[in-house]
Amino acid sequence: MNIKKPVLCCTSITKFFSGVIALDKVNFNLFPGEIHGLLGENGAGKSTLIKCLTGVYLPDHGDIYYEGKRVVFAAPSEARNRGISTVYQEINLIQTLSVAENIFAGRQPLSKGRINWKKINERSRELLAMLDLDIDVTALLSEYSTAVQQMVAIARSLDISAKVLILDEPTSSLDEDEAHMLFNVIRKLRNEGMAIVFISHFLDQVLELCDTLTILRNGESVGEYRANEISKHELIIKMLGKKLAAFENRVAELNSSDESKKDVFYSVRSMSRRKSMKHFDLDLKKGEVLGLAGLLGSGRTEIARLLFGIDKPHSGNTVIKGVSGSVLSPKNAVRHSFGYCPEDRKLEGLIPCLTIRENIVLALQVKKGLLKYISLKKQRKIAEKFMQLVSIKAPSCEENVSRLSGGNQQKVIIARWLAANPEFLILDEPTRGIDVGAKFEIQKLILKFRDLGMSILFISSELDELVRCCDRVAVLRDRKKITEYTGRSLCSEKIMATIAHVTSEAEDGNLL
Amino acid sequence: MELKTIKNYIPLFATIFVFILIYTMGAMLYDNFLSLRVFLNLFLDNAFVGVIAVGMTFVILSGGIDLSVGSVVAFVCILSAKLLEVYQINPFLVVLVCLLFGVFLGTVMGAVIHFFAVPDFLVTLVGMFLCRGLAYMVDLQSIPIRDELFLAVNTMGINFGGGVNFRLISIIFIMVWAAGVYVSHYTRFGRNIYALGGDVVSANLMGIPIGKTRILVYTMSSTLAALGGLLYAVYTLSGYAAAAQGLELDAIAAVVIGGTLLTGGVGFVEGTMVGVLILGLIQTFISFQGTLSSWWTNIIIGLLIFSFILLQRFLSLRSDTDQK
Ligand SMILES: Nc1ncnc2c1ncn2[C@@H]1O[C@H](COP(=O)(O)OP(=O)(O)OP(=O)(O)O)[C@@H](O)[C@H]1O
Ligand SMILES: [Mg+2]
Repeated sequence: MNIKKPVLCCTSITKFFSGVIALDKVNFNLFPGEIHGLLGENGAGKSTLIKCLTGVYLPDHGDIYYEGKRVVFAAPSEARNRGISTVYQEINLIQTLSVAENIFAGRQPLSKGRINWKKINERSRELLAMLDLDIDVTALLSEYSTAVQQMVAIARSLDISAKVLILDEPTSSLDEDEAHMLFNVIRKLRNEGMAIVFISHFLDQVLELCDTLTILRNGESVGEYRANEISKHELIIKMLGKKLAAFENRVAELNSSDESKKDVFYSVRSMSRRKSMKHFDLDLKKGEVLGLAGLLGSGRTEIARLLFGIDKPHSGNTVIKGVSGSVLSPKNAVRHSFGYCPEDRKLEGLIPCLTIRENIVLALQVKKGLLKYISLKKQRKIAEKFMQLVSIKAPSCEENVSRLSGGNQQKVIIARWLAANPEFLILDEPTRGIDVGAKFEIQKLILKFRDLGMSILFISSELDELVRCCDRVAVLRDRKKITEYTGRSLCSEKIMATIAHVTSEAEDGNLL
Repeated sequence: MELKTIKNYIPLFATIFVFILIYTMGAMLYDNFLSLRVFLNLFLDNAFVGVIAVGMTFVILSGGIDLSVGSVVAFVCILSAKLLEVYQINPFLVVLVCLLFGVFLGTVMGAVIHFFAVPDFLVTLVGMFLCRGLAYMVDLQSIPIRDELFLAVNTMGINFGGGVNFRLISIIFIMVWAAGVYVSHYTRFGRNIYALGGDVVSANLMGIPIGKTRILVYTMSSTLAALGGLLYAVYTLSGYAAAAQGLELDAIAAVVIGGTLLTGGVGFVEGTMVGVLILGLIQTFISFQGTLSSWWTNIIIGLLIFSFILLQRFLSLRSDTDQK
């Protein structure tokens, strides 16, 4: 490997954002035939480094060398044309175009000077088949779930006969099987000599997949390591710059509450909605975290939407705080003191042109009524408190949310709902894209709010996380509630077995 | 681009349905409404609006708007009349100059919009005032056109006998429209426009040349507006600086009725043809009716646009809640 020359490398890249340093003299070497992991906390500068390398941002200092020559990419299209293929962190596709067109936009195959749609659709099907995805490629992208869209974005990047493939958190919306399918493709490409950059907060995935690791901390490069020479523990210490003492134990310790005598807050009987969820019963108790486990598309988000009144059920009875009645609309839900932190922050959650403070107090303001003024000073105090609680990395609470790193944006949404202090809170994949340290803090917060009497519905693809935080876990499969685990029977092996029960069947339907 | 992306087609079907509805109503109420002549006249009378609407479709698809087209028509129309009649310049040269003016204006407006990040609305509003002012500077009076080429183009056409003539002006309109349809489906430039209108940030990160695309869209719109001005001059055989007031709004109306979303990214050049024909049909209807004032045209167009916007809103809301 040492004799080889790097295909892409950069020397002392520095990038400022309005005076604040985001990258500080970072060196990075990428060799052909390697999978290079890029690690760091939220806001460490991973995405910024990628964007500097691919022409989205112009670095303030430093040089980039591609295939031995110094280059300056003025636009992403230039980097792409030279053979650097990138999947950026937020899924960047166009909702109003078909799946196939999204894969080929900007480089449609031509025959006799005109776009060959037949070829586009055929090639798209082939590419998605590589990721084991069989969908109608002529349908609009917006018809599909986040996971499918993420796969489509990956498929798009695979098509070019690229020399470098950069993947910024490609697996954040994927479940384990899908991620492994992707890894096989990545390995194959590596063996063919492609150089691959892989960014993820799933440390296990990174250690499994990568050959080399570069760690960033606060915009500085901590060092480069061989993946087989470093342990997960060391990795965390290097990323955070400190020890995460007794990481696992402390959560386990917190997670011990007496189950039996809690009041039921919200109870649902035989609720269903055509095409989205089969009949299910659910009880949410005060001061309890109820987990929802299942593959993507098993109905987890659908339940959340039904409970919050976004979708109307076609059947079912609900009792809220002992009074029967139903949640008619999200507005109605907020009046019942419900909160909902959705899965897709880009589409449904954040308002990018507002500041952190404004985004955090939003739900609180709605709950209080729009006319009741919360003084600016008080807003600041609330915002700052929660910024600290969920460790949002930003210069101040008056920073625009669009300027935050992906993980920090996610934290703002969580902070918003915690600040509103609802009686019932739905968290759909709240820790997606969040670094290990902050994940732990957020899990702790969830338990803290539970102990204060909040009822929480916690949706997650990570079983460890569910087992650690939940008092009870309901397992879903194929849009049906299969069973619940409580107390001693709650362990990831059992959940896993239940989820995987009819694998072949589940695979067909799980993505749509 | 198969029919699977059905949601995007619903407004188009609705437009075609409305067209057939009005046509049937006219045919039932009035004799002669269903004649070939009335039908062909729809293309002739709306040729210049149609040409402009095709350009406007691309602008709106790209997520922008072009308010300058009406004034460009007026300016080109008076300029060509003045050059032909007062300065006696070769008509081919006049056509070339007018089209080049369109290319220039559009490129400048597009470049300002893109590089200085000024809202398209403002830049083309400036273009609108500028061209209207220029038109008045050329001449305040109406200038009749007697140039032989223009006269010839005015009358030229395919004769169907019985005084029914499919005029060259209409054919040019249909050709422009067909070219527009082709560009929108089968060229990278056309598809990049859709991508741009769908989501600029994503389009940029996907490596689509957004600057080039955006500028070219305005170049195309202004050039087609200049062509529309020439057609207008040929059609009316005169140049008048106060002509084509509010034409940009007619063009936008035709595009919206044709099923293109004002927010960009969704719509079809095909639909714009139907939109233009509907506008023409309403006017024909009212002229057949005879007693209604022509303002009824505006009222009906207003109602139509309103119902189309409601339809689109309804469709997008439904698809949001239906999402799996
Ligand atoms: N467009 C921008 N304007 C201003 N500041 C920015 C901008 N983009 C990023 N930053 C800042 O630069 C820093 C690095 O952000 P970056 O997105 O690279 O982090 P990251 O390592 O990718 O984190 P994550 O894991 O959350 O995605 C952050 O502090 C962020 O606030
Ligand atoms: Mg990032």
